Amino acid sequence: MVIEVNQITKRFDAFTALKGLSLQVRPGELVALLGPSGSGKTTLLRIIAGLEFADEGRILFDGADAGERHVGERRVGFVFQHYALFRHMTVLENVAFGLRVVPRERRLSNHDIEKRVHTLLSLVQLDQLSGRYPSQLSGGQRQRVALARALAIEPRVLLLDEPFGALDAKVRKELRRWLRRLHDEMGLTSIFVTHDQEEALELADRVVVMNHGAIEQVGTPEEVYNSPATPFVYEFLGNVNRLDCKIKDGAVGLWGSKIKAETQDGRPVPSGEVAGYAYVRPHDIEFVEGGHALAEPAIVRHVAAAGPTARIELALEGHSNLIEAELPRQRYLELGLKSGQSVMIAARAARVFPATFDGN
Amino acid sequence: MVASTAIAVPPLGEYPQPRARFRWREPSVLPGFGLTLGFTLTYLSLIVLLPLAALVLKSLELSWDQMWEAATSARALAAYRLSFGAALLAGIVNLFFGVLVAWVLVRYHFPFKRLIDGLVDLPFALPTAVAGIALATLYAPNGWVGSLLDPLGIKVAYTPSGVVIALIFIGLPFVVRTVQPVLQDLNKDVEEAAASLGAGRWQTFRRIIFPSIMPAALTGFALAFARALGEYGSVIFIAGNLPMKSEIAPLLIIIKLEQYDYAGAATIGVTMLIVSFLLLLPINILQRWTRQRAGEN
Amino acid sequence: MALGKPRKEARVASLTESPAMRAGLIGLALVFILAFIVLPLLAVFTEALRNGFGAYLTAIEDPVALAAVKLTFIAAGISVPLNLVFGIAASWAIAKFDFRGKSVLITFIDLPFSVSPVIAGLIYMLLFGAQGLMGPFLQSMDVQIIFAVPGIVLATIFVTFPFVARELIPLMQEQGTEEEEAARSLGASGWQTFWRVTLPNIKWGLLYGVLLCNARAMGEFGAVSVVSGHIRGMTNTMPLHVEILYNEYNMVAAFAVASLLASLAVVTLIAKGILEWRYEHELAAIPR
Repeated sequence: MVIEVNQITKRFDAFTALKGLSLQVRPGELVALLGPSGSGKTTLLRIIAGLEFADEGRILFDGADAGERHVGERRVGFVFQHYALFRHMTVLENVAFGLRVVPRERRLSNHDIEKRVHTLLSLVQLDQLSGRYPSQLSGGQRQRVALARALAIEPRVLLLDEPFGALDAKVRKELRRWLRRLHDEMGLTSIFVTHDQEEALELADRVVVMNHGAIEQVGTPEEVYNSPATPFVYEFLGNVNRLDCKIKDGAVGLWGSKIKAETQDGRPVPSGEVAGYAYVRPHDIEFVEGGHALAEPAIVRHVAAAGPTARIELALEGHSNLIEAELPRQRYLELGLKSGQSVMIAARAARVFPATFDGN
Repeated sequence: MVASTAIAVPPLGEYPQPRARFRWREPSVLPGFGLTLGFTLTYLSLIVLLPLAALVLKSLELSWDQMWEAATSARALAAYRLSFGAALLAGIVNLFFGVLVAWVLVRYHFPFKRLIDGLVDLPFALPTAVAGIALATLYAPNGWVGSLLDPLGIKVAYTPSGVVIALIFIGLPFVVRTVQPVLQDLNKDVEEAAASLGAGRWQTFRRIIFPSIMPAALTGFALAFARALGEYGSVIFIAGNLPMKSEIAPLLIIIKLEQYDYAGAATIGVTMLIVSFLLLLPINILQRWTRQRAGEN
Repeated sequence: MALGKPRKEARVASLTESPAMRAGLIGLALVFILAFIVLPLLAVFTEALRNGFGAYLTAIEDPVALAAVKLTFIAAGISVPLNLVFGIAASWAIAKFDFRGKSVLITFIDLPFSVSPVIAGLIYMLLFGAQGLMGPFLQSMDVQIIFAVPGIVLATIFVTFPFVARELIPLMQEQGTEEEEAARSLGASGWQTFWRVTLPNIKWGLLYGVLLCNARAMGEFGAVSVVSGHIRGMTNTMPLHVEILYNEYNMVAAFAVASLLASLAVVTLIAKGILEWRYEHELAAIPR
């Protein structure tokens, strides 16, 4: 199903949670809404579900205005952050709930309901726990019950609010893979909210990076990670070194190379001299030979070499903050870097944004 | 984030905020708001608000001078004095013993603790008339307690002291039940920290524990005091009800009603209500303060 | 706090009181409880049985006493269900929705607790009494509220007004709206959501509130006393009947009827204790 979010604005008293936000989700896609708390991602998810109401704008399901249908009629499977399992019902009754509240003339027989519930429970590998109460389950099990319950009504869309937020790291990884498989096998269109970049990058087909009620960037995990559109995305996704610099006539000389400054909204960079920030990912820092033209002298301050990549902290002349470089273990051993050593570094890739456009 | 300052995002205030639209309530997917709020307001108005308005209206039938006279007659003043004085005295006794009982129930172990804990609520559950006749019988000169006090020349029943006794009974649970949860939530490690810094037990109590339970104890005191001001059933049997001596304000209302002096009764009623409202304000502030402090811990 | 309880053996002189001090404090507290709570309760039953069990039964089986019992049940039987429905409606509106004026509404709901019971009776007197605002109108319609059962019921409703709502509001606020939202997203109607999700979640809190509401309704004295008119066998509830018997120096009968009320109080306390113990978590939000 195609989900279209069209110019949605939502206010809570004096606070604007969403600012005229638009987005399109294609059939069969698994989309992540990624952002810090307060970015409006959960509000957007709840508006799509019909649990919250937009002040302006529309939500379209396959081109039809969903605003005319209330949450129960939208056939959305919603998985709540804290699962919202019915605490006085067994696992079986929780999953069966959506089937039992159907008007009598359309309701399945008790036998068929139970059959369907057991099928779902085996799908989430919980059939043997069907008689338990939510309080007797682990976090991961609750999560799977919540999912089975949402799937019972055969939703067209699956919406998940921080689905793995309350789980420990190991369970989280497992469930992640499992959710991906379920999504593909059932041919669902899914949107999930997360503040965990790793989760979004690993699981989603496309990532929507949100900040302060607006979308910063939409793209595949590779796109948003490798070519962040804004300083915010740069800083929110992955590690990055930020260096103060002076933009002269729209460009910066960084470590011998000249980099054109860009603005996130395509407006021209102010002419003359303006302050700016250069962003360099740690793994884009290269160690080069002394005679290299595009190199900058630096001093190694600290080396952390455990694991497959070595992290090198470097002091640059004229910068008070240390910067960080990452290189594969093999390359690190070849170079034989030590604390206190003088090196020459260069940037494989870097981008510059004027400071006045910083943040948003 | 490496080698960079905090994420450079301007604080919320810097965004142009559209002016908040006035909205009576946030929209919700849950139904029944109109029905339940409508019923709530209707029922509240019919049972509580309109009848209370009638009280004010009725007292307005009197001229200002008449009202002043009814509200401040010598007999009325004596009644207020007794009601306030006895309520205050009972409140102070309960403040002390309430904190003591709460302390003992939270901190110590002894046989039948659960039972004692449950019994603290008896004054809430026991009908006031039953408490009244029981206390009057106990403290009468030939009663279990009265016969012990009589030889000492102490008369309780049918004197203002009887009023205080009844009000102590009525008010006890308030202080215990407000202090108990605060004591329970009090972190033992704060006391341990005080002890490790060299404070003696009494210093720890005075400087650490006492300040933390004080707001709750005061709230309980205020609640007990407010309840005592209006108390009727448990008091009239033991008070003796002598005009100017052991007659409480609520009783005066009933006497006025029996004399068909409705406006006079209403005036005393309004006077008592105003005092109750004036009391309610500090109680609410205290309670909010207590809750906020509890939330911080 | 997930810190766990401090170890008992970690008692040092500066961390707790000396054994003598402890014993003294416990003793003082127990003497106080004994004198002010246990003694009155014992006195009720002792006085009731002073002339033996036969006299006790005779006092209770007196038709006038039975009429008082009946009226008490009628008053509680009407006021408790009404306040129950009100409590559910008010707590649903207050706990499940955000709207302006909510705290004012809560203050108003608590109002009857801070009003003297005598004033509670007085206001109905002033409204419906012979000289009251609506008195002439009621007389012309030949409807009697004051000195009759309706007045007693109204006064009882007033004094027990906040009980159920007060227990349910914090409970429902703590439970939040997520489960109801989940039910709605699964296609449940409003009523289905309430009956199948909300009500099962609040049932013990509800019972708790009803218990306290009923105890007060059956035991109310001051408010009912003002509007009753004290007509023997007609408008006397049990507490009022106790008063009449006591004032007539019929002590055994007075305490016999009082012992019924005291038993009700004890049963209420036991049931309350069981609820608090058995359903501690479900009732955690309720201030006690």
